[in-house]
Amino acid sequence: MRVELTVNGETRAVEVEPRMSLLDCLRERLLLTGAHAGCEHGVCGACTVLVDGAPIRSCLMFAVQADGYAITTIEGVAPGPGELSPIQDAFCETHGMQCGYCTPAMILAAHALLADNPAPTREQIVDAISANICRCTGYAQIVEAIALAAERMRGLNQPVRRP
Amino acid sequence: MLAAGDDTRIIAGGQSLVPLMAMRLARPKRLIDIARISDLDFVRPERDTVSIGATTRQCVLERDAVVRAAVPLLAKVMPFVGHAAIRSRGTIGGSLANADPAAEIALVAVTLGATLRYREGTANGEIAASDFFIGPMMTALPAAGCITAVRFPLWRDARIGVGFHEVSPRRSDFAFASAAAQVALDENGICRRVAFGIGAVTAYPLRLDAATKALEGTRAEEAVVREVVRTALADIAPLSDLHASADYRRRAAACLAVRAILDAYRDAESAHAG
Repeated sequence: MRVELTVNGETRAVEVEPRMSLLDCLRERLLLTGAHAGCEHGVCGACTVLVDGAPIRSCLMFAVQADGYAITTIEGVAPGPGELSPIQDAFCETHGMQCGYCTPAMILAAHALLADNPAPTREQIVDAISANICRCTGYAQIVEAIALAAERMRGLNQPVRRP
Repeated sequence: MLAAGDDTRIIAGGQSLVPLMAMRLARPKRLIDIARISDLDFVRPERDTVSIGATTRQCVLERDAVVRAAVPLLAKVMPFVGHAAIRSRGTIGGSLANADPAAEIALVAVTLGATLRYREGTANGEIAASDFFIGPMMTALPAAGCITAVRFPLWRDARIGVGFHEVSPRRSDFAFASAAAQVALDENGICRRVAFGIGAVTAYPLRLDAATKALEGTRAEEAVVREVVRTALADIAPLSDLHASADYRRRAAACLAVRAILDAYRDAESAHAG
């Protein structure tokens, strides 16, 4: 079956079997390997991508169901080649990762949260990543990273205060 | 296509069916995707009910102003239905059709006495939520039937309060026990109507009617509520599994039920009369 997927702003036509998951399609057909295959039944969250801005499990959606939606993967969040989004930057700075397996999904979950709520409480941050399992960090630095990114993003494009 | 009986399944959000397929517990030959049928995606206030279309997404219900005002118990449980990433895709009809004993939407449907509408071929049918769930992941929906909408009764009382509690291993995971309550008070703070049910404890959500009646006409004093809940849960048959024993589930359900009812009462007390 031929589907047209809009991934990171670019429309790409792919030929898929109806049973192919969006996750497999992104990784194997479009070579976007930032979405990770973890449990492959909707529990771990490693495969999270954004569909029309909302986080979804790409292992629980068939590629054919994604036709026409705007899909954002981790490859699409940086403003340009060699650059990082403020959230990615904050994850580096607070060391919000160890092995990195859950990281792309954590960052996308954070993008969805901050797009909706620029000033989340700690509890709201925890809730937003509660669908994503990390087996390394104990989550503390991930929560810290998202809070730091939120603070910086609120400060962007604000008038400079002079003493 | 459904009537052909060759293991064709309906898929909407796919948040329960696809994991079952991934684990090879379900192996449908064919899937019919109804997620984009826009006629099934609505929240509509009607005369005495609020009708919600089967493919309405859970993330939409979570933020819907009509749901919050008219079916506050449903609004209350929505944040507990899966995680945000599940609610982005999951639908209300899908959760009902899946009939997980721990599903919060099913608990609210049974507790409030909702009615499910379905389509079978060219005929429409209706079934009460309390008759719909017949076992874990089992419903009375005809094999070739497809849920089209669910109608929640509208309580017109001026002072309504809701309460909900559950125990789960992490927030939004499958609950081991849950309890939901909705209370309407008269101007003197006496319970005029009470609806209360438990989920995840037995093979399907239970509305505890006897208990409901016993609380009407009281001020839901804690001792009264405790006694009513104890009596109501005396002859239930709780599930037992690796996560929680039957005995644990019974005790947890009793505790959560008391909290849910007391919360609902306090919530109603704080609601403005008139």
